[in-house]
Amino acid sequence: MKKYYICFLCITVLSCSQQEPLLDTALDNQILHWGNGSEPQSLDPHIATGVPEHHVLIALCEGLTITNPKGGDNLPGVAQAWDISDDGLIYTFFLQPNAKWSNGDDLVAEDFVWSWKRILTASLGSQYPDMLYYLKNAEEYHAGKIQDFSEVGVEAIDAKTLKVTLRAPTPFFTKLLSHYSTWPVHKKTILNFGEIDNRNGEWTRPGNFVCNGPMKLKSWELNKKIIVDKNPMYWDYKQVQLNEIHYYPIVNESTEDRMFRAGQLHVTNVVPLEKCPVYLEQNNPNLRVDPYMGTYFYRTNTTIDSLNNKKVRKALAYAIDRKMIVDNVSKCGQQPAYSFTPPGSAGYEPNTEIPYDPELAKQLLAEAGYENGVNFPVLEILFNTQEGHRKIALAIQQMWQENLNINVELVNQDWKVYLSRERIGDFQISRAGWIGDYVDPNTFLDTLRANRGNNKTGWTNDTYETLMQKANSTNDNALRYDLLGQAEKILIDEMPIIPIYTYVRQYQISSDVKGWHPNFLDHHHPKFVYLERD
Amino acid sequence: MLSIFFRRLLIAVPVIIIVTTITFFLIRLAPGGPFDADKVVPPEVLKNLNATYNLDAPVLVQYKDYMINLAQGDFGPSFRYPGRSVTEMIFTGLPTTFELAFYAILIAIFIGILSGVTAAVKRNTSLDYIPMTIAMIGICMPTFLLGPILVLIFGIYLEVLPVSGWGSLPGDKILPSITLGAAYAAYIARLSRGGMLETLNQDYIRTARAKGLSEFRVVFNHALRGGLIPVVSFLGPAMAGLIGGSFVVETIFQIPGLGRFYVEAAFNRDYTMILGTTIFFSVLIILFNLLSDLMVLLMNPQARDNT
Repeated sequence: MKKYYICFLCITVLSCSQQEPLLDTALDNQILHWGNGSEPQSLDPHIATGVPEHHVLIALCEGLTITNPKGGDNLPGVAQAWDISDDGLIYTFFLQPNAKWSNGDDLVAEDFVWSWKRILTASLGSQYPDMLYYLKNAEEYHAGKIQDFSEVGVEAIDAKTLKVTLRAPTPFFTKLLSHYSTWPVHKKTILNFGEIDNRNGEWTRPGNFVCNGPMKLKSWELNKKIIVDKNPMYWDYKQVQLNEIHYYPIVNESTEDRMFRAGQLHVTNVVPLEKCPVYLEQNNPNLRVDPYMGTYFYRTNTTIDSLNNKKVRKALAYAIDRKMIVDNVSKCGQQPAYSFTPPGSAGYEPNTEIPYDPELAKQLLAEAGYENGVNFPVLEILFNTQEGHRKIALAIQQMWQENLNINVELVNQDWKVYLSRERIGDFQISRAGWIGDYVDPNTFLDTLRANRGNNKTGWTNDTYETLMQKANSTNDNALRYDLLGQAEKILIDEMPIIPIYTYVRQYQISSDVKGWHPNFLDHHHPKFVYLERD
Repeated sequence: MLSIFFRRLLIAVPVIIIVTTITFFLIRLAPGGPFDADKVVPPEVLKNLNATYNLDAPVLVQYKDYMINLAQGDFGPSFRYPGRSVTEMIFTGLPTTFELAFYAILIAIFIGILSGVTAAVKRNTSLDYIPMTIAMIGICMPTFLLGPILVLIFGIYLEVLPVSGWGSLPGDKILPSITLGAAYAAYIARLSRGGMLETLNQDYIRTARAKGLSEFRVVFNHALRGGLIPVVSFLGPAMAGLIGGSFVVETIFQIPGLGRFYVEAAFNRDYTMILGTTIFFSVLIILFNLLSDLMVLLMNPQARDNT
């Protein structure tokens, strides 16, 4: 019988040989291998909603502007230049003369008009129409209050000139244009596969897909790999050095880490929670911890009696030692958050403080009628099932129990159950995170306005509303930041949300990848990225 | 035999209908809907999405419509992946899952029967104790532990096999197949040992030995057929289990199989995908059990006479 075992062993060993590192051949051929989190739901820029989708779409399509990879103002995309009227209401975009679709068709201003009509067509069910609500009459058209799209503030002056009329000055408007929801889609291709509002059309399949980005869709194998290759019709084709990008939908963080260590990936999506502090300690040269425009916070339900009092909410916030959490719990370079908007968002520096002061916290709780925590109802922290959230919730539970002498219970739920409970207001405190859609404080502060679906706290404040309205109607950026700063102060004084830490993007990247700059939105336009032996 | 086959097929129809009905209503009872997202979907958009996917109709009407479409072989569109039908997604993942399950079962049969028969023939020797101890470890060790261990040894340290993928790099199918097959190999080893021990004590085996046949012929020509009946009975549910339970291995090794679609559909409340895959797996389980029963009947005349 022994010979059978030996035979089997021989077959196994012989069938394997020392693997030629995948990344070596990739380097020669300029093929970037990228771990991309989950499988993209859709590659239709008007339907897509997530970060993995964005990573692929940024290669396939391009808007009027693109994010500056080194931070700062957006760079020209399809628009080579633009004029802004003195009152900040009219933007005139001049398109690249050689801008083309990947099938060779000319890209004209009318394509943007039709594309924006599509995303504002309510029956399409796009989740990002509000990105264009800054256009005159756009919200009204989406809500069905007006039927004639020509009344919406977008118009093709000629083949290569697009005129956009806003309803109020919006100094960050050009930054919105690097968000995929504002990107153009190819009218003829979409109508070949259905109506303007057909979200299930097959135009996003390889072979059908037509768009205007630096790459084109080569193949898409569900749950395996998406391959994009260089688009010779791209207006800035010569700038593109990568020949292909392979995106791998890897849900399991440990699998992704092993793939990187085995030389199967250039860039990972994340670093496993438990590995990050180890890699930091080892000074792993492949580990990157970049600033990221996101805030991890706890949402309070202000419609509940005990949390309706701002002194209670402030007591809870002051009883949290944020530094201890980032140093000993999250342990991956996160920064303690003392404001909702991350500092440094387009030059905006929030002037707010949230002290860690257990004595003051106790005093505030006593003033709210809960001397030494007596009679304070049991507080429940709701979070979606994930080890990182649980650890932070445990730390905060302990801090609140020790500093305020109140009982705190942890409730973890499946992601959809958690979302559903948040949506119907069935929570007391819930874990939350917010990632900016564009680099401007407005993307944070706007979410907590009274009629916004993402507020979820039940909190409203008239002064906050007035300040936000004023900020959204001025063309003076310094004044706008001042108004937003005042709004932020009210927010931190009222504390409907309790900021915990500012996110960082932690991932691994091969030293062969060049042109990959850290930026607040983690946008990496493929035309700036290339591979070169370090 | 043929009548048994058709009788069992007929019984399967109401089973499938019951499974579909229970699943249809259970998933709608679960909190959270397919369009719940971190960034809240505006009410007017949600209304349009519900209308697009017939979710605004009363549940009984939705059930009636689903069953009518199902009768025509239409599983409906995926809620999670716009533009993709459930049928298309099932048949995208199925070949990979089948291939993985096939390799896994081959490994399981080869290793399992070899060690089981050896253990039975060399009873109470080291050739019995060692394989059976390994088999017990194999049964106890979960795939989510065995997979990463194999990856660390062969992928990271020895660098002889890829750590993930399926059909992309040479040798990337070896580790997942071994990981998935290991637990089943252990079961088969124990079953074949038990079956063989029972058969080797039968009178006809004693007769064969008395006639002076070599031990090899006694075992392979006479004992194996009877001794492996428990293994064959086990193969049907095992194959169904391999196909339905490959999720963990598919996740560890980044394999685009059906198991991942199934589990992710449940997390995403992708109603049509959950229903489609549940129905599909139910059919497979019924089919594999039926095939394994038929094989047992073919191998065992006594059982055939009793039915």
